Amino acid sequence: MPDIEGIFREEYGRAVAVLVRAFGDIDLAEDAVQDAFTEAMRRWPAAGAPPSPAGWIITTARNRAIDRLRRESSRDDRHAQAALIAATDEPAQVEGPVRDDRLRLIFTCCHPSLSTAAQVALTLRLLGGLSTAEIARAFLVPEPTMAQRLVRAKGKIRDARIPYRIPREADLPDRLRAVLSVLYLVFNEGYTASAGDRLVREDLCAEAIRLGRLLAELMPDEPEVWGLLALMLLLQSRRAARTTPDGALVPLAEQDRALWDHDLIAEGQEIVRRCLRRDQAGPYQIQAAINAVHSDGPVTDWRQIVALYDQLLLFSPTPIVALNRAVAVAETDGPAVALDLVDDLDLGGFHLFHAIRADLLRRLGRDAEAAQAYATAIDLSANAAERAFLQTRADTLSP
Amino acid sequence: MKKYLLSIYQPDGDPPPPEVLGPIMRDVEAWESEAKAAGAWVFTGRLHPVGTATVLRPDDGGVLMTDGPFAEGKEHIGGFVVIQADDLDAALDWARKATLATTLPIEVRPLHD
Repeated sequence: MPDIEGIFREEYGRAVAVLVRAFGDIDLAEDAVQDAFTEAMRRWPAAGAPPSPAGWIITTARNRAIDRLRRESSRDDRHAQAALIAATDEPAQVEGPVRDDRLRLIFTCCHPSLSTAAQVALTLRLLGGLSTAEIARAFLVPEPTMAQRLVRAKGKIRDARIPYRIPREADLPDRLRAVLSVLYLVFNEGYTASAGDRLVREDLCAEAIRLGRLLAELMPDEPEVWGLLALMLLLQSRRAARTTPDGALVPLAEQDRALWDHDLIAEGQEIVRRCLRRDQAGPYQIQAAINAVHSDGPVTDWRQIVALYDQLLLFSPTPIVALNRAVAVAETDGPAVALDLVDDLDLGGFHLFHAIRADLLRRLGRDAEAAQAYATAIDLSANAAERAFLQTRADTLSP
Repeated sequence: MKKYLLSIYQPDGDPPPPEVLGPIMRDVEAWESEAKAAGAWVFTGRLHPVGTATVLRPDDGGVLMTDGPFAEGKEHIGGFVVIQADDLDAALDWARKATLATTLPIEVRPLHD
């Protein structure tokens, strides 16, 4: 019995990308690829999967699309005629330009004239093959809302004629930044949120990593692409240790390192080392390096972490980065120094600001103030596991 | 080629003094010449200030006429250009240059074929 679902996950984006290039129409491409998979579901269980499932899907989808255009072009549609000629001239290749097709599709989905929400949804839909229902569930919006968002985004690509291509060198820094942030958003959506369907969220992490690998393979000379991939791999390596079996949160310092995925750590650290040799630092690479240090050996080298946060602050001088740096400073220079740094930050609405203050106050023996800070953090947190964790910490304080 | 409308948003109120406006107008003219030479320029329209606007609305079988623009705001469309380009990126290139020349925000929207 061929694993059609697995083939779908692997090949859907590739097939859609090829068909979009051939026919210049996203909806037609999607429908044709879905038809091809429906056909596969009907045939493969009895006949077995063909030698090249991807090639079979693309060829079948292409034929379906041509059939459809023939039917429509009889209603004198000149565009369909033109697309038909262009499509039939194209040899049925699977390798080679196909890889660029997926990259083009990523950049099309992440065009700066689309909203970030639309960029994320389209990337998951067209490259990840996630259904509208799955994407809606992942982002906690009703399915009709997500369906409408996708229709509008595809309509904008068509009507405003957003080009289906890799941007020119001059546009690349801006466009690549959008692509990287979409992948990271997809990953984080799977990594941090607690509400909703848990399985789908793990799917999101896996999907972001898969797309990250693809991007790194396609753009091997962009160090930030590697930085993001390494960052995601190192974060993902701790997945099994981040929560107890009943879903309670386990902070990094208390995680059972035996539960970490050491293959992912080795891969992530190797990429970080390669980035260091290249010496073209950027925010994703530095965050990856910070996580590589955490993953290195039985205890964390906090001095290195502080130094890396100093570097990260140069790229992203945000209060959130400063807050994270203060956590590291607490380990090198003690909680009193860190508390001074934290108190200077204007982050009163952010639950982690209060959680970190609470922890520092607790370590300084200022229990009454710590209790108050824990209470504020619990109030501001929307995440059940996080609230429960903060409550157990607050319960250890002397009254 | 596809046509795009570039709407230029202008703050309401008096235009800037000539020493500010002069160099801007020269830059805008240079942009226009460049767009014309490249075959991207279709046509342009400069609008009188928003105070000259009148809005008509269908009202119970008749028409209601009111003084002022369609929507209240601090800025309104002060002029527009229609250009033609191969795709949105090409249109955005022209808009990028135009926004730098006019020093004003610009909205880019495709026209129906």
